[in-house]
Amino acid sequence: MSLAAKSLLLVAALALAACNNPDRYGAGGAGGTGGAGGAGGGINTTGLGDPNNPTSIAYFNQRVGDRVLFAVDQSTLSPEARQILTAQAQWLNQNPGYAAIIEGHADEQGTREYNLALGARRAAAVQNFLISQGVSASRMRTISYGKERPIEVCSSEACYQKNRRAVTVLSAGAGV
Amino acid sequence: MTRPMRPPFRTLLALVLGICALAAGPALAQSSPPRIVIGPGVIEPMPIAVPTFIDEGGAGDYARQITRVVISDLEGTGFFRTIGEDAHISRITSFDGGIAFEDWKAINAQVLVTGAVSVAGDRITVKFRAYDVFNGQTLEGAALQFAGTTQGWRRMAHKVADVVYSKITGEGGYFDSRVVFVSESGPKNARAKRLAVMDYDGANVQYLTDSSAIVLAPRFSPTGDRILYTSYETGFPRITLMDVGSLRRRTLEEQPGTMTFAPRFSPDGQTVVFSLERGGNTDIYALSLNGGGLRQLTNAPSIETAPSFSPDGSKIVFESDRTGVPQIYVMPASGGEGTRISGGEGRYGTPVWSPRGDYIAFTKQNAGRFHIGVMRTDGSEERLLTASFLDEGPTWAPNGRVLMFTRETAGAGGQTSLWSVDITGRNLKQIPTDGPASDPAWSPLLP
Repeated sequence: MSLAAKSLLLVAALALAACNNPDRYGAGGAGGTGGAGGAGGGINTTGLGDPNNPTSIAYFNQRVGDRVLFAVDQSTLSPEARQILTAQAQWLNQNPGYAAIIEGHADEQGTREYNLALGARRAAAVQNFLISQGVSASRMRTISYGKERPIEVCSSEACYQKNRRAVTVLSAGAGV
Repeated sequence: MTRPMRPPFRTLLALVLGICALAAGPALAQSSPPRIVIGPGVIEPMPIAVPTFIDEGGAGDYARQITRVVISDLEGTGFFRTIGEDAHISRITSFDGGIAFEDWKAINAQVLVTGAVSVAGDRITVKFRAYDVFNGQTLEGAALQFAGTTQGWRRMAHKVADVVYSKITGEGGYFDSRVVFVSESGPKNARAKRLAVMDYDGANVQYLTDSSAIVLAPRFSPTGDRILYTSYETGFPRITLMDVGSLRRRTLEEQPGTMTFAPRFSPDGQTVVFSLERGGNTDIYALSLNGGGLRQLTNAPSIETAPSFSPDGSKIVFESDRTGVPQIYVMPASGGEGTRISGGEGRYGTPVWSPRGDYIAFTKQNAGRFHIGVMRTDGSEERLLTASFLDEGPTWAPNGRVLMFTRETAGAGGQTSLWSVDITGRNLKQIPTDGPASDPAWSPLLP
């Protein structure tokens, strides 16, 4: 990758990281890795680490970029998304001690049911791309939140475009 | 003195004709513009008198409260106007005493409802009669007595109103029913949700879950004793079955790597039809609750979701985006490709078959607005009943003549609320809830 492309990627990643709120599901909300009292496993706690440490979750979230965005109703990966996911795959391949849950989300336009299915489609598109880049399927799991968990709350395209996303959420451990 | 012969229930006739005309189907159909609230002048509400029920012993405040609920139910339909007690000429002092019909005619009451309440210990008895004021007769079948525990006093009031409504409109009642819904709190980006049930009018709220996990789209069983919903309790969306009496619940279909959602019961309550997502693709499946296993009903690379049975159990209406845009399809209950029935501009979703079998209600999204609408089961006679920033998820009243749905306002402070509307588009109104609420589902009429 050229230096220019790398810098572009970094800028994009930092811009995305700015809207990354680690407590995005709020107290008491069902966590992406296990709801309270759920049977699907306890809560996985992993330190974010130092963003300057290339093996840390913080580095992945902020420097690599933990999310990709989608067009309305689409689950097709844009060239920008492919670039971020290629970097995600490289990172995951270099750091086999992490597992990932890929969350698919939709904006609020659309019914609850359709958006759940659409979010799942987006998460699967990301998972399939990462698999194609050599990341083991056993390290990944997908979940859809539909329109239940927007990160931006305005009702215009400026917010909608950030909500139509798939986020790769890491946790320590070799599998999910 | 002779009065000119006056057709009983003149206004009512208009009402019934209105509904008949609807059933016969106007030729407007496909291109009809969104209908919002039509003013109350379209149907002149029928004037009726409901004097405070008589206390026949120990009833205390119950008689007054029951009367209030009967009036609220009837007026809430938009079809009735009660004449205030200060305008009454006669007082009803004895339930079985004679009635001075001339006094009720004089104030133009077309129907008179009298009642009496008695309480002994925790037992309550409510009796009532509804009269056709102009011929001085009891409406056939509208002289009944209900007995039970005082805890059920509101239900008895609803039953009185159901009988009166039903006798006068010719439609089934719907007041003695419950609605399960999602009670919401917190900001839009961290909304906490929990299941709750209430009377159809927003009273008697009970919470069924805490808000530790996201819960979505609950549905009553045909007998009202069980609820299906989607829960993130396991960390992933899973359809969950709850027994309303014991609140015991269990997750259905836990196949690793899949997500299940959008469940509904079959009319016999034995089967659950729902969406299952695997590898990003969502199809419709049926699961027998008697251990009969899982059957795949659709098999397409597109999204197939929001299935709903016809009341005879022979067909399923659902939503699919196989053309690139979500539309509504009908297939046999055994599965298949289905036949598209929606044809207009925009996106169609969440189809729900009326309990009477005559209409399918749906959510429509077009030109940046959401609508609740109804269409015939072949897709004809589409009519939009509401329009707003976001209306979705209609549910049918047990009589198939009223819909309840979620309305959400725009922006950072956007909140959800529950609304109801007649299938004529009339009588749009908000259901009172303690806080934001979404995803209502109506129970059957209670026994």
